[in-house]
Amino acid sequence: MTETLPGGAIPNPTDEAAINAAVDQAITAIAGAATLDELKAVRLAHSGEKSPLSLANREIGRLPKDQKALAGKLMGASRGRVNKALADRTAVLEAENDARILVEETVDVTAAPRRRRAGARHPLSTLQDRVADIFVGMGWEIAEGPEVESEWFNFDALNFKPDHPAREMQDTFFVEPPEAHLLMRTHTSPVQVRSMLEREVPIYVLCAGKVFRTDELDATHTPVFHQFEGLAIDKGLSMADLLGTLEHFTRQMFGEEAKVRLRPNYFPFTEPSAELDIFHPGAKGGPRWIEWGGCGMVNPNVLRAAGIDPDVYSGFAFGMGIERALMFRNEVGDMREMIEGDVRFSEQFGMEI
Amino acid sequence: MRIPLSWLREFAAVPADATAEDVMAELVKVGFEEEAVHRPTDTLQGPVVVGQVLSLVKEPQTNGKTINWCQVRVVPEGQEQTLTGDGIDPSGVQGIICGAHNFVEGDKVVVTLPGAVLPGDFRISARKTYGHLSAGMIASVRELGIGDDHDGILVLSRIGLDPEIGTDAMELLGLYDQAAEINVTPDRGYAFSIRGVAREYAHATGTAFTDPATKVNAPAELSGGYGVKLNDDAPIYGKPGCDRFVARTVRGADATKPTPQWMVSRLRLAGIRSISLPVDISNYVMLELGQPTHCYDLDTLSGDIVVRRAAAGEKITTLDGKERTLDAEDLLITDDSGAIGIAGVMGGAATEVSDSTSNILVEAAHFDDVSIGRSRRRHKLPSEASKRFERGVDWQVAGIAAQRVVDLLVELAGGTADEAGTDVGTAPETVTIELPAGFAAARIGIDFTEDQIVTSLEDLGAAVVKNDAGWTVTPPSWRSDLETKEDLTEEIARLVGYDKIPATLPVAPPGRGLTRVQQQRRRLIQALADAGLTEVLSYPFVSKAANDTFGTADEGASRSAVKLANPISEEQGYLRTSILPGLIEVAKRNHSRGFRDLALFESGLVFLPGETMGTASIPPLGARPADEVLDGLYDGVPDQPFHVAAVLTGHDSPAAAAHTPRVWDWSDALDVARLAGDVLGVDLVVSQGSHQAFHPGRTAKLALRTGEVVGYAGELHPKLLAAADMPARSVALELNADALFEAAPDVIVARHISTFPVATQDVALVVPADVPADEVLAALREGAGELLEDVALFDVYAGKGIEEGKKSLAFGLRFRAADRTLTADEASAAREGAVALAAERFGAVQR
Repeated sequence: MTETLPGGAIPNPTDEAAINAAVDQAITAIAGAATLDELKAVRLAHSGEKSPLSLANREIGRLPKDQKALAGKLMGASRGRVNKALADRTAVLEAENDARILVEETVDVTAAPRRRRAGARHPLSTLQDRVADIFVGMGWEIAEGPEVESEWFNFDALNFKPDHPAREMQDTFFVEPPEAHLLMRTHTSPVQVRSMLEREVPIYVLCAGKVFRTDELDATHTPVFHQFEGLAIDKGLSMADLLGTLEHFTRQMFGEEAKVRLRPNYFPFTEPSAELDIFHPGAKGGPRWIEWGGCGMVNPNVLRAAGIDPDVYSGFAFGMGIERALMFRNEVGDMREMIEGDVRFSEQFGMEI
Repeated sequence: MRIPLSWLREFAAVPADATAEDVMAELVKVGFEEEAVHRPTDTLQGPVVVGQVLSLVKEPQTNGKTINWCQVRVVPEGQEQTLTGDGIDPSGVQGIICGAHNFVEGDKVVVTLPGAVLPGDFRISARKTYGHLSAGMIASVRELGIGDDHDGILVLSRIGLDPEIGTDAMELLGLYDQAAEINVTPDRGYAFSIRGVAREYAHATGTAFTDPATKVNAPAELSGGYGVKLNDDAPIYGKPGCDRFVARTVRGADATKPTPQWMVSRLRLAGIRSISLPVDISNYVMLELGQPTHCYDLDTLSGDIVVRRAAAGEKITTLDGKERTLDAEDLLITDDSGAIGIAGVMGGAATEVSDSTSNILVEAAHFDDVSIGRSRRRHKLPSEASKRFERGVDWQVAGIAAQRVVDLLVELAGGTADEAGTDVGTAPETVTIELPAGFAAARIGIDFTEDQIVTSLEDLGAAVVKNDAGWTVTPPSWRSDLETKEDLTEEIARLVGYDKIPATLPVAPPGRGLTRVQQQRRRLIQALADAGLTEVLSYPFVSKAANDTFGTADEGASRSAVKLANPISEEQGYLRTSILPGLIEVAKRNHSRGFRDLALFESGLVFLPGETMGTASIPPLGARPADEVLDGLYDGVPDQPFHVAAVLTGHDSPAAAAHTPRVWDWSDALDVARLAGDVLGVDLVVSQGSHQAFHPGRTAKLALRTGEVVGYAGELHPKLLAAADMPARSVALELNADALFEAAPDVIVARHISTFPVATQDVALVVPADVPADEVLAALREGAGELLEDVALFDVYAGKGIEEGKKSLAFGLRFRAADRTLTADEASAAREGAVALAAERFGAVQR
């Protein structure tokens, strides 16, 4: 099955010039192949079974013994050159091809859809965690209590006398029937009393949570809001310790430039009592003093209510509003946005605060 | 409390140029927060002068009104007009149009000249009107911002004034004065007076203080006056309702005399309207000394005054004209005719002073704070008097205040005072407090000097006597709030200055960090947010209907819930037993604001009252209750488990190019619930559920392995969604998270991880359509034995090729041994075992 081939006759495997000519012809054809398909045809023509070089190679067998070695060497080198040229050209064309496909596969990344919905925390919840973490870092523990509470824990144990105007000023939600002495806690302070009753001194606890007052909802009031409250009971605690604790906390919260200022005030459950202002270096409209809460030295009657001897132990307590912090720290201008549940409100915070 | 500066200056060294702001800045240092500034000149600017109406021509107008064309002299005759400017007539006579008719030629009036500015930024200028050039305005009290009187313009003779023409009317009416309004905390009754605030101003500034009480010359003793008996047969807490009653008499007074402008102006700045001279004097003295007083028309009294408790059902008509039914606990001022006043709260109408009054009985009494507070609350009658009595009035000042009222009545109303007077009662026991040396220093953290301690306390008015252990301190009579050494410590720290307190950081003992439950709570909330849900908050106030629907699974069962005695809205008068009603409201709100694709969650307490609600009584303050009493308090507080709930509506993601969002369905609700279980390590057992708030066929009941039901998930009931105007097919879930926290494993026991090859086999089983897939899966798991590593449902099919009433469930089973490579026979045998059990339990037939 001998067929005609380019250039006609089968070259003689010992004819170096003819073989070289066939090789040159093959290499020229390979170099000329513009696509992998063309190269495939060139490969068939110049290194396929019926190519001149293959046929010439087959002729070696028929040569006299003394010529075989020479011819074999010549043909081996020649076919090697052609194969290398083929491999090189294949690599070049494949690379070109790959590059073209990748270019063709280009997409508009700016048109990508969002398949996953990003969730979000409510900032009041995130901020509570942040506050708690600072105190946990100081070795304090987090205490908790119920939102519907016995009147005794909310008032009497905290030294609110039954007929004192301070009790009325709390705008309390009472629970039916009134004779049952249940109410919605008006501050997180009942947790102080529970903590003192449940724990051994020394006590260093923080409580954060919801509190309730009968205020109508408006830009600056809401009947449900959040406080956090700290209580420390130990031997020899003083107002200086209270101030130091508050300073440490506010610096963690608002930066090293933050400061604390105390002003005299009145609370039934602390004596002395103070109003707490913080100097917020990052406040909107420039650094300034902001009223943030109340604090003081635990009234001995409160210690007595929990069976702690006020002649041996003293303590301090402080309480701040979380909504208020969100207002001056994150520039939330209207209390209603915190409670309405509009997804845009939580989503602007994401998981951060 | 509003403090007119001119008044404060009488008793404290307030600089002449000090503003209300300056005064507040001082007072805040000693514990009085700033509230507001009241300063007429902030909204009223001159020239505002006294003018005399020279002529008044009535000119009827086509619109039916008649206006007055007035010539008003604003500069005394013969003098030159020194003011200049647009509209100021150099002649000293202004032409002014006036629509009011309550004045005549010759009247002296207040003229606001061109250039003046009135409250409301009303600028006065000469302008053409009704055919004349009207150059100024004849003012009413309302236009000047000093009253609500609609009776036309202010005619000066009617308030007892006859000033020279051209006088600065703002000066005349006291309008250059200003008041600082401060917040007085409820422990400091004494500061509801100029006397108290002047003293505090002196504390704050270290300047001199003159006690207004010392400027009054009251007799040391009184006798022979009007008969008064103190008959309290039911004292509250053992304290008599009235422990001092001073009565003084002034005869021949003219109650119709106008109140002088300096007094009207100070009362106005203090927030009290001028009523009549005797009432104004009574109020003036109350503001100055802190002692409420009352003026009776002596001629309307009959018989001795008796201070006693009311008989239940007894009635009185109070000064405000209302008839009130009294309670047996109300303390009354009575005479032979019956009740003539609710003590310390409000006087009676029958004995009040009127224009015809000429003989006046002045009462200055001291009433028990608790008794007054209860009457005030009972009758909802807050008054300036009750406010002071409730916070404590100086027992000693009653006689002085009565004298001051008498003096002013004599001076201003022209009466004569009886020498005889009444002063009955018993002084409260003097309180002395032992203040150990070093106590204040230890409590505050300032090393106070002896001088600082003694001087501070003496400045307050206390008597301080040194003893071996420290000091014996007798607080002044006006400081009934000072009872303990802690109270004294606050006063010392306050007067030395809170700004002197150093900062030290106490070190807490090593803590335990967050408790397990606190960590679980955080993880749960974070996991739901991480899963793409948005955390929101809602109020816990719901309707009874909402609790009955969401708080209990069974239809028609009513949910016992905590009811509020004084809710914000009666409609939402209950506390939630489920988070879902509030959350659905939030979803609706978002929906109405254009957000259709929502995944919301909320966590928080729900309120589940049990058998016992509260306690019949509560223990007293200041002592630890006995254990059994405490247990009662604890047990009386309703159960308040922490729940988490979510509502999903719309799609799982926003629509976008090359992306088709998926519609949330019932299975998403279940998926979120299971995720909540997963992140806590709790396996939720799912079964077909039924809950009245949910679709009857698309609800999963979620339980623990113990069988305890912890929640529901699924599609909300279509009727409920329609009624709530929520999108159809919205889904929801709610879990008792506390129950999950408790069920979470303490320790996870690790399994060996086999590295031998896996053998997978699929099986399709035909079962009756009503057999739950999960139960078939459980049977397969059980029947396959130990070699089964995992089994999952991957297809549910019913229809062609499957008998009516049946369905085909396709499961993928994955087998692996811990110690060897399984042969195909071993895997098949295990599969057969699995199928056999499913066949046995459900008649499952392999397809």
